[in-house]
Amino acid sequence: MNARIFFFTLVAGLFLLGVFQTVQRHLAFDIPWMPGETRSVWNIDAKIEFEATGKPVLASLSTPNSQAGYTQISQNAASPGYGLSFLYEDNKPQAQWTIRQATGPQTLYYNIQLLVDSESVDQPITKMPELFDPEYGAAGLAAGTDIIKDAFKTSADAFSFTREILKQLNAEQPNQSIRLVLASKNSKTNILVGLLNEAKIPTKKVGALVLEDGRRRQHLQPLIEVFQEKNGKIESRLFDASSLQEVARKDLLLWDQSGKALLELTGGVNSKVSFSMIQQDQPALAAILQKNDNEHLFNFSIHSLPIEDQSLFKGILMIPLGVLIVVMMRVLIGLKTSGTFMPVLIAMAFIQTSLITGIVGFVMLVAVGLFIRSYLSHLNLLLVSRISTVIIMVILLIAMFGVLSYKLGLTEGLKITFFPMIILSWTIERMSVLWEEEGAKEVFKQGGGSLIVAVFAYFVMSNDVTRHLMFNFIGLQFVVMALVLLLGSYTGYRLLELRRFKPLVDKG
Amino acid sequence: MFFCSPFKLKKKGIMGMNERNSRYIGRYNPRRLYPLVDNKLKTKIIARDANVTTPALLGVITMQAEVETVEQFITNTPGFVIKPAKGSGGKGILVVTKVKNGRYYKSNGNEESLSEIKRHVTDILAGLFSLGGSADVAVIEGLIQFDSAFDGFSFEGVPDVRVIVFKGFPVMAMMRLSTAASDGKANLHQGAVGVGIDIATGKAINAVQFDLPVERHPDTDKELKLLVVPSWERLIYLAASCYEMTGMGYLGTDMVLDRDIGPMLLELNARPGLAIQIANGTGILPRLKLVESLKDADKMTVEERVAFSKKHFAETPLIETQ
Repeated sequence: MNARIFFFTLVAGLFLLGVFQTVQRHLAFDIPWMPGETRSVWNIDAKIEFEATGKPVLASLSTPNSQAGYTQISQNAASPGYGLSFLYEDNKPQAQWTIRQATGPQTLYYNIQLLVDSESVDQPITKMPELFDPEYGAAGLAAGTDIIKDAFKTSADAFSFTREILKQLNAEQPNQSIRLVLASKNSKTNILVGLLNEAKIPTKKVGALVLEDGRRRQHLQPLIEVFQEKNGKIESRLFDASSLQEVARKDLLLWDQSGKALLELTGGVNSKVSFSMIQQDQPALAAILQKNDNEHLFNFSIHSLPIEDQSLFKGILMIPLGVLIVVMMRVLIGLKTSGTFMPVLIAMAFIQTSLITGIVGFVMLVAVGLFIRSYLSHLNLLLVSRISTVIIMVILLIAMFGVLSYKLGLTEGLKITFFPMIILSWTIERMSVLWEEEGAKEVFKQGGGSLIVAVFAYFVMSNDVTRHLMFNFIGLQFVVMALVLLLGSYTGYRLLELRRFKPLVDKG
Repeated sequence: MFFCSPFKLKKKGIMGMNERNSRYIGRYNPRRLYPLVDNKLKTKIIARDANVTTPALLGVITMQAEVETVEQFITNTPGFVIKPAKGSGGKGILVVTKVKNGRYYKSNGNEESLSEIKRHVTDILAGLFSLGGSADVAVIEGLIQFDSAFDGFSFEGVPDVRVIVFKGFPVMAMMRLSTAASDGKANLHQGAVGVGIDIATGKAINAVQFDLPVERHPDTDKELKLLVVPSWERLIYLAASCYEMTGMGYLGTDMVLDRDIGPMLLELNARPGLAIQIANGTGILPRLKLVESLKDADKMTVEERVAFSKKHFAETPLIETQ
């Protein structure tokens, strides 16, 4: 009884392990359950135009980080003649173009692909931006002090303070001090930044891009990120100088978080940066894989192998399912097959050849093979040389069918070479012996059984969903193993036995 | 309905293939004992040691060089059988029923020349008839003179009695009669008729061919319910002794009846089929369970076990009551 308990614990353990690993992979790496799922990817181009002055050119474009809602999948740049490097200094990614000499209008392109990813988060803020001295005149300074005083009275923290100032700045009938401040040449954004700095509140200018499918010639929207330290944690919120509320992050990509300039250019004038974007639906898996690739995670999956080996495993990882089908067909249904796992190999050949071609080719090869083999049995050969003869014969047959079908214009026929020849030879040998010993009926029974199981295994092994699942979730191998073990301890009736023993029940 | 309910089968105590394999063969038949059963020569040797009657062993040919000596074993016999020790499914069995003036005749009257016999022995040695084609030895046995009790019950072949012996208890028996459909062979799935035999009396209970009930032999038209196995007591005693002889817990014993010598063990089978249940019209499981429930079964003698079986597994023959 103990062995029994151990066995079921083992089966349950394997099953749970498999399910756990599978679910974990789904949750942690976001690998979709279904192969067809797609995820949105934003494909954004930044176009930089300027006029080169004949000197060495150095252009640095701030580029986006991965951030809340978006994960960077790839970036590249097109710029003939320019040296290009992607820099990542101080959490501030940049694309940098350089050239020794250039004159006339220049155009540089930068492209980034961002995956819409609800699990992506902002990078933690490690330090406050530094305060700086605002740059407006004495009159403005006095007015600014008034505004700050008013706002300070009606606010509790940095964020509410910012809102209070925005209220004043955007009031329909601004008061004296506001009018004075607005009269300066500065933009509202700069005024707000100046006021906040004056009030010792750290801020950072952020360039944000509103994502909308198919938009072209877009520019960054200037936003202000306001920082506040609370309980030792630095928080930040985004504000737009021309509205009262803080900015919602939806469909907003924070492109330039450098706090400096979007483009730093030496050796050129009249620079202009514009953006265009499209939204694409990519197969989720490809997108996720690119994402995980970038993350350099320790990630136990076949995907870490080179592509060539991956495709090898794609086939191998399906075999357990084929084996499971064989076990089910034999243990639960009671079908007879010639050679226990021969159907799995035949099914794998079917995957290469496509089903109909495969079945026709298989039946033809075995039929002709049996015919020739029946002659061999008159020769009273020893087994090994007999099998070897059959192997050579099968190869000749395959070559013959191949050439014949090619000549007839049936390129499908060439796929016959995918059949495992040694296996086929053994099948012919076995069936031939069976024919002599048990008669043709048994041959058709076992041959048909093998073919039925092979077709079932083919459907399971070639199904897109199962291929996707088995390849991406290694844990399912444990689940299959648990099922096979469980079937191994099944002592109930087989389906065909219910037919066989029916006369016994009917009798009374 | 094409299928029957598995619960009804269970209720009738019918054993399925999965249950046979894992509960009985897997548990009671140790792998290391299989050669004793799969090799007919080894079976013969242990049977002789255990005083279980088998067809007379005229000779064994193990090497190609000995093939020329085959004549000395067969010239002065009324008839003989040459078979491969590891053959399966009745393949490679040559039966010579008449030897006259150094000439050999098969049961259909055709002559088999000495050189043909030698070639047959060579084929056996080369493994032509053996599982997996492995090299084999040829066993030469004396011809069995069939008991006249079976006249008309069998077509062209050896009628034999299959007794399932579980832990030494004969639990179920069936007579296998060859037919034209089975080509003289006694295998049920090839079309031989299976007749369920009452363990207590040796009388026919029920008959099937191709898993379906039959009343008369399809070739000879003889009424099958009239079949009675003579020397039944001795036959099941021999069958039951095979347990001590082999150590196999779940064993199919194939017995034949010789006119002069009586019941003999022909061969053993470590994986006896399930058709015997259909031939008997009843499931084997309750009987196996009853034997398993016996606590001191190992201490019982062969006689005690046979007596137990006759008492508990007796059956009112169904055909007679119809």
